[in-house]
Amino acid sequence: MAGSHSHSTPDHAHASNDAADHAAAEAAHIASHIGAYVKVGVALLVLTGITVGLSYVDFGSRSMNIVVGMIVASIKAGLVAAIFMHLKGEKITIWRFLWMTTIFAIGLFFLTYLAHIDPIGGTTYSTH
Amino acid sequence: MALLRLASSRIFKSPMSNPILKYLPFFTDAEVPHTVAARPDTGLYSAKLGIWLFLASEVMLFGGLFSAYIFLRIGAEPGYWPSGLLNVPVGTMNTAILIISSITVVMAWAALKMRQLGKYKFYMAITILCGLIFLTVKLSYEWPAKFNHFGAFIKKDAASKYEEFLGNKHLEEAGQSPRWEISGHILDAPKGSPYEHQAQHNAEHFAHETGRHDAVTPAEDDYVIQLDAVNANPTDKANDRPHFWPVPMSNKIAVISAKDVESASVFAPRHSTYFATYFLITGLHGLHVLGGILVFLYLWLPVKGGVNLYKSNPEHLANRVEIAGLFWHFVDLVWIFVFPIFYLL
Repeated sequence: MAGSHSHSTPDHAHASNDAADHAAAEAAHIASHIGAYVKVGVALLVLTGITVGLSYVDFGSRSMNIVVGMIVASIKAGLVAAIFMHLKGEKITIWRFLWMTTIFAIGLFFLTYLAHIDPIGGTTYSTH
Repeated sequence: MALLRLASSRIFKSPMSNPILKYLPFFTDAEVPHTVAARPDTGLYSAKLGIWLFLASEVMLFGGLFSAYIFLRIGAEPGYWPSGLLNVPVGTMNTAILIISSITVVMAWAALKMRQLGKYKFYMAITILCGLIFLTVKLSYEWPAKFNHFGAFIKKDAASKYEEFLGNKHLEEAGQSPRWEISGHILDAPKGSPYEHQAQHNAEHFAHETGRHDAVTPAEDDYVIQLDAVNANPTDKANDRPHFWPVPMSNKIAVISAKDVESASVFAPRHSTYFATYFLITGLHGLHVLGGILVFLYLWLPVKGGVNLYKSNPEHLANRVEIAGLFWHFVDLVWIFVFPIFYLL
């Protein structure tokens, strides 16, 4: 990284030259990615159409339709996160944060699941 | 900022005890480290780490609401979770608009990285425009259409009286959940109901359209509803599953006695758990869209922290756009789940 390099280099001019080279290299790198951004965008639009279309196909039960719909939505979300949000090739620090977030989010959904299965019994509010 | 300095110096006697004078340089004058160069320990410029921490908290915020949605939906009694009440073509269009804005914001960032200021302004303008269209469609079309749509849940022991509008025998034979709701436009409300004014307005419109003036009953405890297609022909197989194109409202009316009604209201949050979760989640999502638009406007206008930053430090502006873009992509990502769970499934 240019940042860490410039910290350890006492020669300031050399460091900023380095940074300029780095920025130029990065610009070229980004230019090569633009096609991918457009392709992912088109894929997302197509997947939206597929989501809508599949919701009118009878997969046997409403639950099955929900499962299919959520799978397509997860693919779309994965594309947005990996490509648009640059998670593909992102630094390990951010990935560590996201792993922790995932664990906590699963815990959150598990709490709701506990409320649903009501393991203690008699604690669920009911009008009937 | 000058105003803040002046106001605070009138409240606090000495400059050292004035928290605003003490900390203001931190926000304004002082050099904030690692806005461009990466921190050696994380390998990231600091705002990148900051936005991801914020997005992690956002995952928990929306996660809590989604899990509440799942809980309420699983716990709903048969027939109490509706489908096909939202306008799918409009929702699909809004989804596409949000995806397009996600492409343009990443293009805006890429343009800045390649030092193409003109392209940046162009792509950012489209992004802002897409956000505004999304919000306008939601607030001026989708939500108001719901606020002028009325539904009455019939008490189960009175449902047989309204079989011609509910079609529960047909639904049972088809293996579907029962239907307890009669919906459409309210034409006459019981005396004292908060919907009397709305009913009067709708009844005038109905009379104008159809030439019928029989919609207002002399009885004071009746709901009169101009029926949705699904209640007008409840045994029609075509109405068993939701339609892609919204079916126009019928000209048939139903007269429902208030004592047979469990609850009745317009399609507002109070109407049902479905609409409560719908308005809460799309409302919170809409606030995020609004927040994104405001930040993008700031970065697009010729102000100190916006486009003017390009002259002194283009990489810093690019990083700001990347951060705002990460937030915007997250808002798009939330919508990717919101759209199917409320509109389609």
